Amino acid sequence: MAHTDVGKRASVKTRRKRPFIIEFYSSDVGKKWAMALSGVLLLGYLLAHLLGNLKVFLGPENVDLYAEALRDLGGELVPRQSILWLMRGGLLLAYSIHVHAALSLWWRNRKARGSVGYQTRSTYLAATYASRFMAYTGATVFLFILFHLSDLTFGGANPDFVYGDVYANIVATFERVPVVILYIVAILALGMHVWHGTWSLFQSIGVNNAKFNKWRNKLAYGVTAFIVVGNISIPLAVQFGILKL
Amino acid sequence: MDVILSVWRQTGPNTEGGFVRYEANNIPDHASFLEMLDIVNEDLNDRDEEPIAFDHDCREGICGMCGVMINGQAHGPQLGTATCQLHMRKFKDGDTIRIEPWRADGFPVIRDLAVDRSAFDRIVEAGGFITVPTGSAPDANLIPVPKPAAEASMDAAACIGCGACVAACPNSAAQLFTSAKVAHLNLLPQGQAERYTRVVAMVDEMEQWFGACSNHGECEIACPKSISIDFIALMNRDYIRAKFRQGRLAGQR
Repeated sequence: MAHTDVGKRASVKTRRKRPFIIEFYSSDVGKKWAMALSGVLLLGYLLAHLLGNLKVFLGPENVDLYAEALRDLGGELVPRQSILWLMRGGLLLAYSIHVHAALSLWWRNRKARGSVGYQTRSTYLAATYASRFMAYTGATVFLFILFHLSDLTFGGANPDFVYGDVYANIVATFERVPVVILYIVAILALGMHVWHGTWSLFQSIGVNNAKFNKWRNKLAYGVTAFIVVGNISIPLAVQFGILKL
Repeated sequence: MDVILSVWRQTGPNTEGGFVRYEANNIPDHASFLEMLDIVNEDLNDRDEEPIAFDHDCREGICGMCGVMINGQAHGPQLGTATCQLHMRKFKDGDTIRIEPWRADGFPVIRDLAVDRSAFDRIVEAGGFITVPTGSAPDANLIPVPKPAAEASMDAAACIGCGACVAACPNSAAQLFTSAKVAHLNLLPQGQAERYTRVVAMVDEMEQWFGACSNHGECEIACPKSISIDFIALMNRDYIRAKFRQGRLAGQR
C-alpha cells in the first residue's frame, strides 16, 4: 500500500513562542491598545499636575508646601524622594511606550499609503485637524517637555531658578514674554492632542456602548477645556500681575 | 450636459501612469456615473483608442465591484452611494471631474481605474466564515437569534467589500471592512464557536496588507453602506479579549 501523509506524525519544530504580551504588542491593534492605556496614565498625570500647580493661586507657602509634600511622599517609611522618583520612572515608561507605539504606527501607515498618492487635494469629511495633526502636536509637546523640565524642574533655562522655591520660580519664568508665548502655543498643541486622544482611546480599547457614546465627546471637551484654560491661566496671571513676588 | 474628465490612465501594473483629459459631451443628466464612462468609452472605441478600464458589475449598488475616487471623494459627492448609483445630475454642466483609482499599497493598480483587491479576499479567507458540515439547508428559525443582534449583524453584513474605506483612509487602513466582516459573524449565535480565533486570524491577515486605525472616521463617511466605526471598536475589543483569554477554559484556541 502506498504511503500517504494521512496519520503521519508531523515533525514540526516547536519554536518557542514569544511571551504573549510581546506577541500582542507586535500587532497594530495591540500597539493602539498600549497607546490608549499609556495615554490614560499620561492624561491622569496631566490632570494631577495641573490640580497641584493651581495651588499657586492660593499663595507662595501653599504651592511650596505642595512641592515639599511630593518630595516627602511616604514620610519616614521610605528614603526621601524615593516615591517621587518611582512615579517619575513610571511616567517615563508610559511616555516611552506611547512614543514608541506612535512612531512605529506612523511609519507603518506611511508605507501602507503606497508610493503614489491622490492628485486631487484630499477632501476630508470626518477627520479633524486634531486627528490629522496628532504626530505634529505630539512632537511639539515632546520638545516643550524638554524645555519645561529644564525651565522649572532642573532650572537650566531659568536664570533666577532657586531649588524648592516653586512660587518664585514660576513668577520669574513667566515674567519673560517669549516664554509665555511658547507656553501658550505648546498648551494649545497639547489641547488638540488630548482632545482627539481622549475620544479616540475608547475606540482603541473597544469601549463602545450606544448608551454612553455621546459622553465620550463631552468628556474629551471637558478634559481639554480644563487642561487648556488651567494651564494657560498661570502664565497669564503672572503677565497681568495677579501673581507676583 | 457637457463635462470635462481628467482620468488616470495606466497601461499595466508596472507602468507609469498619468492623467488624460477627455471631453464628455451630450451626457444625459439621468445617466449614472458608470454610464457616462460607457459613453466616453464608446466614443474612444469609435476613434480606435483604448477605452478606459474600470471595474463594475451589478450596477445596482450591491456587488462592490465599482468604485473610483471622484474629485478626491471615494464614490463621489453623494454620501452612502456606490459609484454606479451616483448620477450625473449631481454635477453641473461644464464641471471638471477628476477620476482616480483607489490608492493604497494593498490595492495595486491593474490598469487605469481598476485595482487588485485580492487582499480583501485573503482577509475573508482567514476567518470570514463559520465551519459547519454542509448538507441540506438547516430549518429556518432553528437557532433563535435575538432581534437586536440580528439587526446589528445585518448592519455589518451590508458591507459590499468595495474598498472605499481603505481608499478614503489617510493610513490606508482596512479596519472598517475587516471589522464589518468580523462583526457580522461574531454577533450571531452561529459565529460564537470561532469568535476569538476568527478575530485574531482576520486582524493578523489585515495587518499584512493595510495600515493601522487612527480613528479619523473618514471610512464611515466614504462607505456606500454607511457602516459605523462602532464595529471597529467591537473588533478591537474582541481582539484584545482573544489575546488575554484563557483559551482552554473558554473552549477557544
